[in-house]
Amino acid sequence: MNFPITLEKRISASPVASLTIPLISIILALATGAVFLWLAGHDPFKAYSAMFKGGFGTVYGLSETVVKAIPLMICALGISLAFRMQLWNIGAEGQLYMGAFGATWVALTIPDAPSLFLLPAMFCAGMICGGIWGVLPAIPRAYLGVNEIISTLMLNYVAILWVDYLVYGPWKDPEGFNFPLTAQFSENALLPTFGDTRIHAGILFALVIALLIHFGIKYTRWGFEIRIIGLSQNAARYAGMNIPRNIILVMLLSGAVCGLAGMAEVSGLMGRLQHGFSPGYGYTAIIVAWLSKLHPAVIIIVSILFGGLQAGGFSLQSSGVPAAIVSMLQGAILFFVLGGEILTRYRIVFKGSAKKIGGKESWKQAL
Amino acid sequence: MKNSALVKMVGITKKFPGVTANDNVNFEVQAGEIHALLGENGSGKSTLMSILSGMYRPTGGRIFLNDKEVSFKNPRDAIAAGIGMVHQHFKLVDAFTVAENVVLGSKKLSFFLNMDKIEKKLARLSESYGLGVNPSAKVWQLSVGERQRVEIVKMLYRGSKVLILDEPTAVLTPQETRELFATLRKMTDRGHAVILITHKMQEVMEVADRVTVLRRGKSVATLKRSEVTPKYLAKLMMGQDLPESIKRQKRIIGKTVLKMSGVNVEGEGHRPNLNNINLSIRAGEIVGIVGVAGNGRRELAEVIVGLRKISSGRIQICGRDAANKSPREIIDAGVSYIPDDRLGTGLVPNLGAVDNLIMKSYKSQELAKGVFINFKKAKLYTEKLINNFGVKLTSESAPVSLLSGGNQQRLLLARELANNPRLVIAVFPSRGLDIAATEAVHKLLVNQAEQGAAVLLISEDLDEIFKLCDRVGVLYKGCLMGDLPIEKATIEQIGLMMLGSSQSEVKAS
Repeated sequence: MNFPITLEKRISASPVASLTIPLISIILALATGAVFLWLAGHDPFKAYSAMFKGGFGTVYGLSETVVKAIPLMICALGISLAFRMQLWNIGAEGQLYMGAFGATWVALTIPDAPSLFLLPAMFCAGMICGGIWGVLPAIPRAYLGVNEIISTLMLNYVAILWVDYLVYGPWKDPEGFNFPLTAQFSENALLPTFGDTRIHAGILFALVIALLIHFGIKYTRWGFEIRIIGLSQNAARYAGMNIPRNIILVMLLSGAVCGLAGMAEVSGLMGRLQHGFSPGYGYTAIIVAWLSKLHPAVIIIVSILFGGLQAGGFSLQSSGVPAAIVSMLQGAILFFVLGGEILTRYRIVFKGSAKKIGGKESWKQAL
Repeated sequence: MKNSALVKMVGITKKFPGVTANDNVNFEVQAGEIHALLGENGSGKSTLMSILSGMYRPTGGRIFLNDKEVSFKNPRDAIAAGIGMVHQHFKLVDAFTVAENVVLGSKKLSFFLNMDKIEKKLARLSESYGLGVNPSAKVWQLSVGERQRVEIVKMLYRGSKVLILDEPTAVLTPQETRELFATLRKMTDRGHAVILITHKMQEVMEVADRVTVLRRGKSVATLKRSEVTPKYLAKLMMGQDLPESIKRQKRIIGKTVLKMSGVNVEGEGHRPNLNNINLSIRAGEIVGIVGVAGNGRRELAEVIVGLRKISSGRIQICGRDAANKSPREIIDAGVSYIPDDRLGTGLVPNLGAVDNLIMKSYKSQELAKGVFINFKKAKLYTEKLINNFGVKLTSESAPVSLLSGGNQQRLLLARELANNPRLVIAVFPSRGLDIAATEAVHKLLVNQAEQGAAVLLISEDLDEIFKLCDRVGVLYKGCLMGDLPIEKATIEQIGLMMLGSSQSEVKAS
């Protein structure tokens, strides 16, 4: 009660703050990281320049950044659909694995089909498997109110272990020196890439989905329902909208989009399914979606920044900095950006100079 | 009453981000008087009293108690100085007894509580002021009126010399109101000062010794009751003359629109049951339902509009079965619903006027184009409604949470009444509105009835019921009693029925 510093809610998000604060956060994060790098005996400036070069400094680095950004974009777009309706789909990682599983199953079953048939079939299989993984937790949520955060999270483990079972067991490549991976896909099962980079057609999926979501939410009747339900379930129910149906539909789509990310990874990048192929894209995408405030165009940009962080991290590792410090640095950046984000909505007030906590709601609650 | 002021507030200013709730307000109360603080919603009455009771700290100004300057850091300081406030929403722990609630948060307690002693002291206190509070009763067993008396006893026990009551009569029946006023009089006779926050002129005329009128955060005047009339007070409060009140006119009564017979509803959680509800409303009729909170008022509305399931009975709308239908089907049957929770249910606060106005009709042929919504037409539709219903907007896309309560309600009514509904369910439609906005809402409802709609008005304001309704029923513990023609009902009688007396009992007495 007598704490000298309080957070005061801003009446509207300050436009200046929403630009400067992320910038300051990143600088602070780098400064914090620099201290640790220095303590660990590395030159922070060298490390940072290696990291930046690795992510954005060269054509190769940039292309790797985009490669890492593709699954982030697709998953974040999928997640953003569910988040809009206040459905906390933490299961993108599992949906991505299931999408990869579905696409791989098609690729391994009919490897000789023409690519004009095979790729669409993989596309559909990936979306269907991801979609099913999204709907499974949606049904108990819609009709019984079962918390989807827990159920989507748990299904991640099921999906990851299911893929592990396959790549360690029935689908293991007999010529793979016992590594947990499937045989290489046929040529026909591979998505085209751009030039001699590893950037694949998955980026087009991301862009098209971003456009579809943007216009779908803004201009269709269904998008209108999603917006209303997301902002006020009571108002939506009162206006006669079918909430359970929309919960299932949205989770189906959300899962299907995340599943597509898995399809794009196996078909566009790796050409096979392997153990642990995602370094947690489905989780990082949650942060991307959140930081982008669910806006599709912003998701694309933020994904590229996060892709750069990941690509830069890899090249930092190859310059001798241990992987643990790299992950720590990534963590620090996230921590500061997320922490700074709150300051675009609240401002710090020192008592003495101060009025009390603002915003009608908050002072009523404070009583 | 010649003695000097007990409390004096000088030049009080309170700013919240974006609003000045109090602007250089002067206010004083003497011992032994009931001082009414009159103003419309948003005029800054509650803020001013929250400052006096230590809830907020003023941005500027000074407070004197017995000519000594004081500064309260929190409500405890204010209570220690003898200032106690009874809030509109009671601050009591349901699972505790009255005595436990009274000593809760008190600092002077010894480590081991002697509840017997405390209860005896409370019983004496309660008796001497005629409050009739049983100190060992659990709070959840008490009615709303009794809980209010617990709050008053709590303040007396803590030695309050100045008692502030925030709109105390809003939750009371007319009989309970009279008892409350008698208690307040007893308190002032013993030298206490009572501040009564209210927006009702009648209450000022009935009980106050003096009145201070606030308008838009400023104090307009402090007058003795003998110097004022209700009309003059209204003028001070609004800054203009009272709007002309609607006159009762004979309406053409048509076919039965709503018919409920033997409807039973099981309450979930804290929600009450509804038992054997029989109600019918004909076209052109306005039927009022009153009751104390927690007796099934909102549940009755929710059952009709499909938001709550019935366990048995029949509901018909225009002769068609309407029991346990979805909200959409009820909307399509021509039922409009003005919920009590304007921003939580009726409107989506973060969206603009267009989105809020098309919330129920976005699927209609007029506005939809395949899977898309025709937002050009939606905009025209919005403009038309805004003109017809006199909603004042700064922009069509600005969040409706930024509108005044009156404009929000107009917007809500515009959507609900635009398509000539057959049945209008209005729950507390004028809650929180100023006099002019209330009058506008009343006109719109009467207008609907004149055009042949059946109107069910669930209200907490008996004046509103008597002004608008043709018939009136009372909900008590989920049972609908009465259903009297309004000419045969009296405020007294309705008040007794709200406390559970049946119609025949009332007549007999």
